Amino acid sequence: MTVGLFIPCYVDQFYPKVAIATLELLEKLGVDVVYPFNQTCCGQPMANSGFEHLTQSCNNLFIQNFINLDYIVSPSGSCVLHIKEHLHAEKPHEEPAATHIRNKIYELTEFLTDILKIENLTARFPHRVGMHQSCHGQRGLKLSQMTELVAEPFSKPEKLLRMVEGLELIDLSRQDECCGFGGTFCVAEEAVSAKMGKDRVKDHLDHGAEFITGADMSCLMHLEGILKRQKSNVQVKHIAEILNSHA
Amino acid sequence: MHKTIAEHPSLADKFNKDEERVNWHDQTLWWVRAKRDKAAHTLPEWEDLRNLASQIKHNVLSNLSEYLVQFEENALKNNIQVHWAADAQEHNAIVKSILQKHGVAQIVKSKSMLTEECHLNDYLQKEGIEVIDTDLGERIVQLAQEPPSHIVLPCIHKKKEEIGELFHLHLGTPAGNADPQFLTAAARLHLREKFLTRKIAITGVNFAVAETGEFVVCTNEGNADMGAHLADVHIACMGIEKLIPERHHLGVFLRLLARSATGQPITTYSSHFKKPRQGQEMHLVLVDNGRSRQLGREDFRNSLKCIRCGACMNTCPVYRRSGGHSYHNAIAGPIGSILAPNLDMKDYADLPFASTLCGSCSNVCPVKIDIHNQLYKWRQVLVQQGYAPAAKKAAMQGMAFTFSHPAFYRMAGKTGKWFMKTTPFVVNNSFNPWYKQRDMPEPPKESFHDWYKKNRKQNE
Ligand code: SF4
Repeated sequence: MTVGLFIPCYVDQFYPKVAIATLELLEKLGVDVVYPFNQTCCGQPMANSGFEHLTQSCNNLFIQNFINLDYIVSPSGSCVLHIKEHLHAEKPHEEPAATHIRNKIYELTEFLTDILKIENLTARFPHRVGMHQSCHGQRGLKLSQMTELVAEPFSKPEKLLRMVEGLELIDLSRQDECCGFGGTFCVAEEAVSAKMGKDRVKDHLDHGAEFITGADMSCLMHLEGILKRQKSNVQVKHIAEILNSHA
Repeated sequence: MHKTIAEHPSLADKFNKDEERVNWHDQTLWWVRAKRDKAAHTLPEWEDLRNLASQIKHNVLSNLSEYLVQFEENALKNNIQVHWAADAQEHNAIVKSILQKHGVAQIVKSKSMLTEECHLNDYLQKEGIEVIDTDLGERIVQLAQEPPSHIVLPCIHKKKEEIGELFHLHLGTPAGNADPQFLTAAARLHLREKFLTRKIAITGVNFAVAETGEFVVCTNEGNADMGAHLADVHIACMGIEKLIPERHHLGVFLRLLARSATGQPITTYSSHFKKPRQGQEMHLVLVDNGRSRQLGREDFRNSLKCIRCGACMNTCPVYRRSGGHSYHNAIAGPIGSILAPNLDMKDYADLPFASTLCGSCSNVCPVKIDIHNQLYKWRQVLVQQGYAPAAKKAAMQGMAFTFSHPAFYRMAGKTGKWFMKTTPFVVNNSFNPWYKQRDMPEPPKESFHDWYKKNRKQNE
């Protein structure tokens, strides 16, 4: 099984640590990982802003980069969701390639639980941790059950976090409230976005979090921006970093 | 009112100047959302009910013209006078002509989002006709000369002290008294006099049954009933999408409506109106006002399933923190944002962007409208139709170029400097809006790409 690592543009540029943790974690679990060099961005910032028609060359590039791999794994739920829902080929006869990619792309935690079927890990992270459920991962990829629905609860990221030695997962008042990042929403609707982020952070702080984690670095980047502005000691850590932390 | 594409962000910004109020607004609505969750969880068959309701509405929308004809036939048999209005102007003119026929210049009206959509109050006021809204929340915003900010809780943006002040000014209650029970009693007394003296009452319609030619009006205050029962003439106004095929379908919708709206098992009054009582006149105005156009837009057709429960607003994290007025449309929140561009793309081009696409709205919607997907699709339509600001368009084109040229991307992105100025926080090529209340991430020494080249060369 060869897995292609998809590192979204902003993770590549700002959070190489997260990408390294993802890579190391997969390697530790015995996966053969390759990183296609010519990757850039999934195209989501354009598509969510109404410019999906400008994303075809991004799509073409994505297909070229990842077509020959069994799986594609990425530490960013919203980018994965974008590819899953919106990646299409330019020419009809290339559509099977696009379909292959849409079917074989996984967010990291769902890859670990659903494909690798991990039941234990050797990670240790002795801290009080709050888990921020990102909407695109949760409601889009169904990484965990949604509080609006009358249905059995489950959570793939939490299942993994519970395998980490010493980690104490805190409860939140609002289990799956959006943090307000929303891509370009975070600047176009600055007032509401920042307020949502502040409220999200407060919920974690009120429950004594030392770290805020999640499966989508973009939401965490937004929350980190707010924590830093508030001069808080609480830090954000992508779930890959926690799952890869040394025992 | 002049509207531009920047309306929602700037109105929301204004609302956010008073953070205490935002907190209170958010918590009040979250409390309603929590009540809804609790009520939904008492029914193990909840998700099946949603499916069923969605399918019934699907049938209605697919056969709307036939159901309308059937409904009209049956309503006429019941002695209801049926009127058809292609748009808001026609609707308002029909209402006015009925009032004129009876020489009436003062009326009572219970809650109807359709009449809000048609701006009936303004129109009648200009014609010299006085309209008294009898829903308590509606009456409060009417006294404040504001539009409702929520379709179920019209004055949810007002604190009780502000309501006390309004009542003091308009109804003569003592200054400084903000006791809800006292104020409600005062309002009831004031409204009672209106009910007794007005000859014509307008109501909305929650459901109209094609099979029987009757309609159902749901209220918690009984004000629609008071108005309709005491008046000589009852005018009911409804959008053409309010139809359901058969009476027994009501069981599905009535169970869903109140639970989704307020967490109640059932609305206090669900009143069936089938025919005028002896000596009374009953009119029903069926209004299109863009609905058949929306029906023709395949991607947005499902928005017509809406039963106006307001659950999508209560759950919407943006609505809770920007207030209903920031949507500058009769129907606020997520559902308003997909209905409004159908009425006018230019005026409402901002609304589909007033969302993080979190998807919570679609999950609470009792008729399973794919609201967040429609928001996404409206964005595409609006941009294609030319309603995107030029700066945004230029930025997006720059991004599309960069991301499709890996070498250029890596050069431009060297340790994130280009990134910090532009993507993914693109708007007018400035990251100021980000920086106002948030710090930027610290750019690392090297990108992952460069790290990988150094450390994992063997994989190449
Ligand atoms: S869209 Fe759905 S949730 Fe929103 S008001 Fe309509 S029926 Fe209720």
